[in-house]
Amino acid sequence: MIRVLGFLVLLALPLASAFAISDPAEMLPDPKEEARAEAIGRQLRCLVCQNESIEDSGADLARDLRQVVRQHVAAGEKDQEIITWMVSRYGDFVRLRPPFEPLTWLLWASPALALGGGVLFVAFAARQKRPAPAPLSPAEQRKLKDLLKS
Amino acid sequence: MIPELGHFALALAVVIAAAQAILPLIGAHRRDAALMASAPALAFGQFLALALAFGALLWSSVVSDFSVYNIAENSQSVKPLLYKITGIWGDHEGSILLWCLILAICGALVGVFGRALPASVRARVIGVLGATSAGFVLFSLTVSNPFVRLWPPPLEGHGMNPLLEDPGLAFHPPILYAGYVGFAIPFAFALAALIEGRVDAAWGRWVRPWALAAWAFLTGGIALGSWWSYYVLGWGGYWFWDPVENASLLPWLAGTALVHSAIVVEKRDALKIWTVLLAIGTFSMSLCGTFLVRSGILNSVHAFANDPARGVFILVLLALVIGTALALFAWRAPSLLPTGIFAPLSREGALVLNNILLCSIAAVVFTGTTYPLFAQLLAGAQLSVGAPFFNATVLPLAIPLFAAMVVGPMLSWKRAALAPALMRLWWVALAALAIGLIASLRTDALPAFGFAASAWLIAGAFAEIVERARLFRVSLGASLARLAGIPLAAWGAAIAHAGMGITVAGIAGMAIADHRIVAIHPGETVELGGYRWTLEDLRDAPGPNYTARLADIRVTRNGQTIALMSPGRRSYPLQRTATTDTAIRTNLLRDLYAVLGEERDGKAVLRLHVNILAPWIWLGALVMAFGGGLSLVDRRLRIGAPVRRAAARAVSA
Repeated sequence: MIRVLGFLVLLALPLASAFAISDPAEMLPDPKEEARAEAIGRQLRCLVCQNESIEDSGADLARDLRQVVRQHVAAGEKDQEIITWMVSRYGDFVRLRPPFEPLTWLLWASPALALGGGVLFVAFAARQKRPAPAPLSPAEQRKLKDLLKS
Repeated sequence: MIPELGHFALALAVVIAAAQAILPLIGAHRRDAALMASAPALAFGQFLALALAFGALLWSSVVSDFSVYNIAENSQSVKPLLYKITGIWGDHEGSILLWCLILAICGALVGVFGRALPASVRARVIGVLGATSAGFVLFSLTVSNPFVRLWPPPLEGHGMNPLLEDPGLAFHPPILYAGYVGFAIPFAFALAALIEGRVDAAWGRWVRPWALAAWAFLTGGIALGSWWSYYVLGWGGYWFWDPVENASLLPWLAGTALVHSAIVVEKRDALKIWTVLLAIGTFSMSLCGTFLVRSGILNSVHAFANDPARGVFILVLLALVIGTALALFAWRAPSLLPTGIFAPLSREGALVLNNILLCSIAAVVFTGTTYPLFAQLLAGAQLSVGAPFFNATVLPLAIPLFAAMVVGPMLSWKRAALAPALMRLWWVALAALAIGLIASLRTDALPAFGFAASAWLIAGAFAEIVERARLFRVSLGASLARLAGIPLAAWGAAIAHAGMGITVAGIAGMAIADHRIVAIHPGETVELGGYRWTLEDLRDAPGPNYTARLADIRVTRNGQTIALMSPGRRSYPLQRTATTDTAIRTNLLRDLYAVLGEERDGKAVLRLHVNILAPWIWLGALVMAFGGGLSLVDRRLRIGAPVRRAAARAVSA
């Protein structure tokens, strides 16, 4: 596995296993429930993969987690309850969308900080004094006078 | 013998690169014409030495010389010739050598096309490229040597990762690297300008074509990688916000900002300090992209510790290159005086907004990609930052960017009024609104918004051309005359902007794609997306270095056969791996996409997709790259100085 990882990190490509196909037997009979399970699965990380959600991964662990999610969905639990259950089991590492907490304040604030920083930077740069344009040379002044006269 | 020759050529390249770094820079400092004139010759010399080294590795791979460790690890005798050639850059050592070769080509290109440059500028640019080259070729020679021998040689090599045995992937690295490394030239121009202490409109004119070429290659390379993951990985995804993908997106975002801000330098002699910083930043992102990702540090701190010699060498080298550049910037940039003045609401202002937004997106992607690493190192916390985070943060920044992409080109330079520009865009807004409303009848709000944005961008690109031709405002003949007179660079910009719109449409289409996973016997039929999919047969098919299992599927609509598809699975006995062979049939408006999974009790598991507008994602990227290329051909960019006489004649006429 490490060898494969070594190969693939060379390229601007995601690391992925070859078989990302689930078994139809795993899927919930009710399409609405299945869609809900997929939406939850997309928020959860396959713990042994590189930033892949359990819905996208072919790893055995991802398959197990998909089934766990579907069992909870079938039991009628709410989305948030299922994610909380997963986090209590596997920690925040399992969430592809990190929670908003002191450790991630900086992360979630990054768009606002970047945008605000950019605007401030531009505003500051625009206020900077520019050198006054060079005074007109005597020849230019003469020309100007001629132009104004005519 | 041949590998030793390559090894020697690699060592020679280090020496020539060092000379290329030292002699021209000293020459430029002392105004010594002879030393400055040595720059192109040294750049050619380094290129020849690296080409020889690369050729030697190529030869070893083609003749399957397994006494070379690198070939034994990554090749095998029955591998098709194409992959023996392209397999060279499928592994660490070979791809670093390719990287160095492309950097040497950049130096040689500046030698060839830089004849119109002032001698000191050319010497300094080539000198900076040489210094960068020396570091990386030394890296290749010492800790990443592709010519290390193995004794006794094994009878057969280990073989390449079968996932990489694919034509799309074979050409992905060279194109991507041409983009990454191409940004070394704007970087070298930036450092040369800092050393010279002068940045002017001419500098913008020299830098822009190089930046554009690198940008076009990077766009193509990213698109090719994304397309590969779409058709090889087999679940219809095309972008995963994976650290490796993000590493290629970062220089693209910075490079896009650079291509735009260089316009302001060229036309208005403003934003000079910023553009120099962007040129440094873009190449720094490229370096971090190739090398930090390559070290595996973003995936886990432990992967980095596996190979400490390489890791430390790369960290020191990156710190040296980027640190030197930034130190030089901090020291010399204050001496670059801002000159061009413009009102906040103007073409320049719109381009500044474009830069702020692109750099903000880059900052968010950078923060998200590196956050887990820092959270682990500093707080010992295990975190993941994935697609849901990036989608939620990048989209709000992309929306104003799309708005500015259409409104910006309508504004005049220096000072503009917003109302007339918006009035001229009424039909673009109407088109976007109509498309959005029609789409919202059939899809969710977000994809509908995506289609509206795409219509806005494409119609906006047309509006730019219409505006330049003054169509419907002057007589048709006059319009046509104006149309013929539109410079290629303007066509390029409009086409690239339309390309972005095409990509956005593809992404929106993928958001409403339909898929179904079924387990059926041969002879059974299922429905998906208005098509009937019949599994006709399951069969075995032999290949050169693999065995395959194929499923024959007939897709019909209203009784008519639309497509015959044969998705399969391949198993490679030597590498003990299996890959999926996705079957895709496209008519450019939608992809029919089928994957074969496992088989059980005579039933085959099939994953079927109908992906609306999927090909547009990569088509749009190609159009963007084409727009960049078209802009590159504009003769104004090839002429060193503005032609004053022509302008005077135009005024008097």
